[in-house]
Amino acid sequence: MDLTKLQDKLIAAARSRPPGDQVPYAFEKRVMANLRQPLADAWSSWGSALWRAAFSCVVAMLLVMAWSQASTRTSADLSQAFEKTVLAAADHFDEDLQ
Amino acid sequence: MEPSDSELIAAVLKGDSASFEPLIAKYQPRVFATARRYARRESEVEDIVQEVFLKAFQKLSSFRGEAPFEHWLMRLAVRTCYDFLRGHQRNREKPFAELSEPETDWLERFVAEPDSASEHADAARQLINKVMEKLSPANQLVITLLEIEDRSVKEISKLTGWSVPLVKVRAFRARAEMKKILSKMSQEKYL
Repeated sequence: MDLTKLQDKLIAAARSRPPGDQVPYAFEKRVMANLRQPLADAWSSWGSALWRAAFSCVVAMLLVMAWSQASTRTSADLSQAFEKTVLAAADHFDEDLQ
Repeated sequence: MEPSDSELIAAVLKGDSASFEPLIAKYQPRVFATARRYARRESEVEDIVQEVFLKAFQKLSSFRGEAPFEHWLMRLAVRTCYDFLRGHQRNREKPFAELSEPETDWLERFVAEPDSASEHADAARQLINKVMEKLSPANQLVITLLEIEDRSVKEISKLTGWSVPLVKVRAFRARAEMKKILSKMSQEKYL
């Protein structure tokens, strides 16, 4: 088989009918809608990111508040327990003397 | 009187994005015809054309107006088509056993009597599409521009951004790869 001739024939076949230049109806409107969409998307994603950030901040704030309340109470108990433990020996010593 | 391309471009650059619509309307037939050289499915063609215009809009500030807008746009179109080819190399590994009956008939006619096989036959066009799909993206691009669209090496260099020697080397390799594919096709079919 003459491959060069086959190649030439096939290329001539591709040349013989160039592809059409028809455009789907209102294609430019579709492109324009897509051109405007990324901007709208950017704003909406920025807005939703802000809402999510605000919600997480509120949750974090409530958690910190709860923790600080709890820790104040615990620290008071701890200080009393610590005092009792430290002074327990002295109390026992006084009791023994009496 | 309709505004010129440069007036429309200046308006877009000043923030009037609606002025881009007449530019799309004016040049979309050419971009569609170019995209149809590389993509077979109409949905793929539409995606390519849309991407070309989106890129054109985003990069419009880089258009310096030294050459016509059409040339700048067609460079963008060719490069987008090349990116498409690089991303869609699905048919390269398929065997040729899937040739249709008219394609096989056309090949058999060519083998029996090369001059009797018409290049105007649909089967020949389908066959060349199948052969083109088997070429590497760079080779497919260079064969399309050089052999099918009959463009000069210098023009191809401008369109693709490749140097003139690189276009020549790629054209040589593309022809060789095409012959290899045709030889493989004939071996699969007739041995």
